[in-house]
Amino acid sequence: MLLSMQGICKSFNGIPALRAASLEVGEAEVMALVGQNGAGKSTLIKILTGAYRRDEGAVAFAGEDVSFSMPAESQARGIATIYQEINLAPQRSVAENIYLSREPRRFGLIDRSAMRERAAAVLRTFNLEIDVDQPVAGFSAATRQMVAIARAVTQKARLVIMDEPTSSLDEREVAILFDTIRTLKRGGVSVVFIGHRLDELYRICDKVTIMRDGKTVATAAMADMPKLALVRHMLGKELAAFEAIAKDADEGERRPVRLSVENAGAGVRVRNVSLTVREGEISGLAGLLGSGRTETANLIFGADRLQRGEIRFDGEVRSYRQPADAIADGIGLVAEDRKVDGIIPDMSIRENMTLALLPKLARAGIVDRARQDEIVARYVTALGIKCTSPDQPIKELSGGNQQKVLLGRWLCTDPKLLIVDEPTRGIDIGAKSEILRLLRRLADEGLGVLMISSELEELLAAADRVTVLSDGTSVAVLPRRELSEAALFAAMAHQVE
Amino acid sequence: MNPLLKALTLKSPGDMARLGVILALFGLILFGALRYENFLSQYNILSFLRYNSMFALIALGMAFVIMTGGIDLSVGGTAAMASVVAALLSPYHWAAGLFGGIAAGLAVGALNGFTVTVMRIQPFIATLATMLAAYGTGLLLAGNQSVSVSYDSGFTAIGQDDFLGFPIPAWIALLVYVAGWLVLERLPVGRHVLAIGDGEATAALMGLKVRRTLAAVYIGSGALAGLAGVILASQFGAGQPTEGVGWELFAIASVVVGGTLLTGGSGSVGATLAGALLLAMVFNILNFENGLGWISLSAYWQSVIRGGFLLIVVVLQARLMSRRTGEERV
Repeated sequence: MLLSMQGICKSFNGIPALRAASLEVGEAEVMALVGQNGAGKSTLIKILTGAYRRDEGAVAFAGEDVSFSMPAESQARGIATIYQEINLAPQRSVAENIYLSREPRRFGLIDRSAMRERAAAVLRTFNLEIDVDQPVAGFSAATRQMVAIARAVTQKARLVIMDEPTSSLDEREVAILFDTIRTLKRGGVSVVFIGHRLDELYRICDKVTIMRDGKTVATAAMADMPKLALVRHMLGKELAAFEAIAKDADEGERRPVRLSVENAGAGVRVRNVSLTVREGEISGLAGLLGSGRTETANLIFGADRLQRGEIRFDGEVRSYRQPADAIADGIGLVAEDRKVDGIIPDMSIRENMTLALLPKLARAGIVDRARQDEIVARYVTALGIKCTSPDQPIKELSGGNQQKVLLGRWLCTDPKLLIVDEPTRGIDIGAKSEILRLLRRLADEGLGVLMISSELEELLAAADRVTVLSDGTSVAVLPRRELSEAALFAAMAHQVE
Repeated sequence: MNPLLKALTLKSPGDMARLGVILALFGLILFGALRYENFLSQYNILSFLRYNSMFALIALGMAFVIMTGGIDLSVGGTAAMASVVAALLSPYHWAAGLFGGIAAGLAVGALNGFTVTVMRIQPFIATLATMLAAYGTGLLLAGNQSVSVSYDSGFTAIGQDDFLGFPIPAWIALLVYVAGWLVLERLPVGRHVLAIGDGEATAALMGLKVRRTLAAVYIGSGALAGLAGVILASQFGAGQPTEGVGWELFAIASVVVGGTLLTGGSGSVGATLAGALLLAMVFNILNFENGLGWISLSAYWQSVIRGGFLLIVVVLQARLMSRRTGEERV
């Protein structure tokens, strides 16, 4: 056994990120490490490399107990990491990036010709012929990744960790990367491969470790782990069942279509997505992490430009250049990460809710407090926001109530379509069903809702139809009457060949 | 490709900017030589080099700091304080003055390095604080007036004498620039400076010793400011606690004109020298222009003209960068 991590625990500010996680990797083995967002994969890797310190647990590498306090230490012992945002110095040359901190020297000075020749030689073993004097910034993501791997190889790495290495590669580049991984393996190097595209895992990995909620829930040989079982382990089951609040099956199909997306695509993340949202319905969008859900939402909202396909809103073809255009048409987007894209923590509920409205609320350039108060009071009551007063800073509210303020922000603008990306993430279970009921009520009043969710129970309970994405492609549309856990699992495990 | 051709190929927008400054320098020299009778006289060249060597030294230290993505505002205050320390120590031995001044600068640099790397204070703030402290210390040591250096210990030779017909300060600057070029281009630490400026977090993940390198860069900048202070004291025969005001800005301007990006990760020693000489040359040419008697520009006007010159260079650089990289500016 090359690496053994057992019983690893780690908390941040009292919130546990890892609860007795484990990971074992054998010699010359390619281990897949999978799990949903927040399952604890990156934390586990950072503990291994020494970027974080563990609270509890034991790590043994190459037969010795180890405890690295910084990445330089784990690198010195033969653990190299290829991060998603490839960690190279962009303006430095390829050769320098491979040998930074281990430059070949002559008489104390860097031996540039030796460095150049060696770098080229290493890259040739991966069938890569490039000018190693050029800055890495000018090369494609795939080439940069190869340079990072070459760096790992020259460091005599025994374990190479790759964090979503294929996320920005096209099909041909993925094949080259996999050849490289096989070359590494033949050289006795082990690989931990963090990824989400299931077919890729089955192509290249020997074994798989599945994490959920900070724990390792399963480890098995890839061949012994059918796709369906893998997805089931990843998603797990929440204990609480939500009350079913979806519409009757057939009624919805007669409503007018509010939004229709046909064969939409942009970049490599969204390949071919079709979906519809009708007036007064909650349309669900399901898929594993990295399947292109958020990217699809960004396309609809005009945050990214549509490259292929068509988007119709209320029957008219639309091509939004920026979110402001989509907002003007009556589309709202409650983003996935409240902390990053949503709230301004130190501002009050009132200000957070009416920020986008302020110009409209102003008279002669001065904000009309009376109207602002009236609007805020209305939505605080309507949404059931629990607070001491509208002047309370939003950071003091619970996650659920913060989410309601954000919903309120969009409702103020009187939207026709609301896209909610993981609306109940980080919210306790009681508040979750409250948010869902709220969305239902809004839909009943005529709003079209597109709900992106990783939690199947949520979709099962609230969605009138669910579109399933896999690898940037809509692979199934399940109407209410065909909606079941088994059907969703099956659709999500499906991979486009 | 032919290796010579390859060496001449410009690799980055930064290279373009650096080539630009060298061309501009030669252009200005040509202009001066054609327009003013004594521009290329031995006297003008030697006094130009003698006076501007200290600015060149400070600019070099600043260039390394800026290449890491940082800034060092304390160099002017440090030079002023070091000039006082050197003057106070000069009666004992010329070397006491020289090394005492350098050590004073080094101490300020070490403090900067400590606050930036260990205390994690923004370089702007950390060096702003030491700038104020260094000026204050200089004034305290000097008793609020300039301090005469000793004329007996040979200390004044550092700033005033020649060696092989060339001013000693210019020799010092030349040696330091050659060393700086070696460090940046041929020693690992120089490449690490650039890699850190490219992205500190990435550099740390690649296993570079980020803190140690950053600290070294601030210490180097402090030591060079100290050396500049020694030359100042020696050249003008007195430690000058009130000199050095605005030197940091002159140094930053030289570095920027020399094509080093304020965002870090790119830069060249040679172009920094060219940048410092170029800005100094503008000053020199204005003096000659005044001498012609056609116009009479005060020192204040010269500042305005230098400022305008800097603005033009920076705007040109930005345009060049955005065209070359095709990036949209936000």
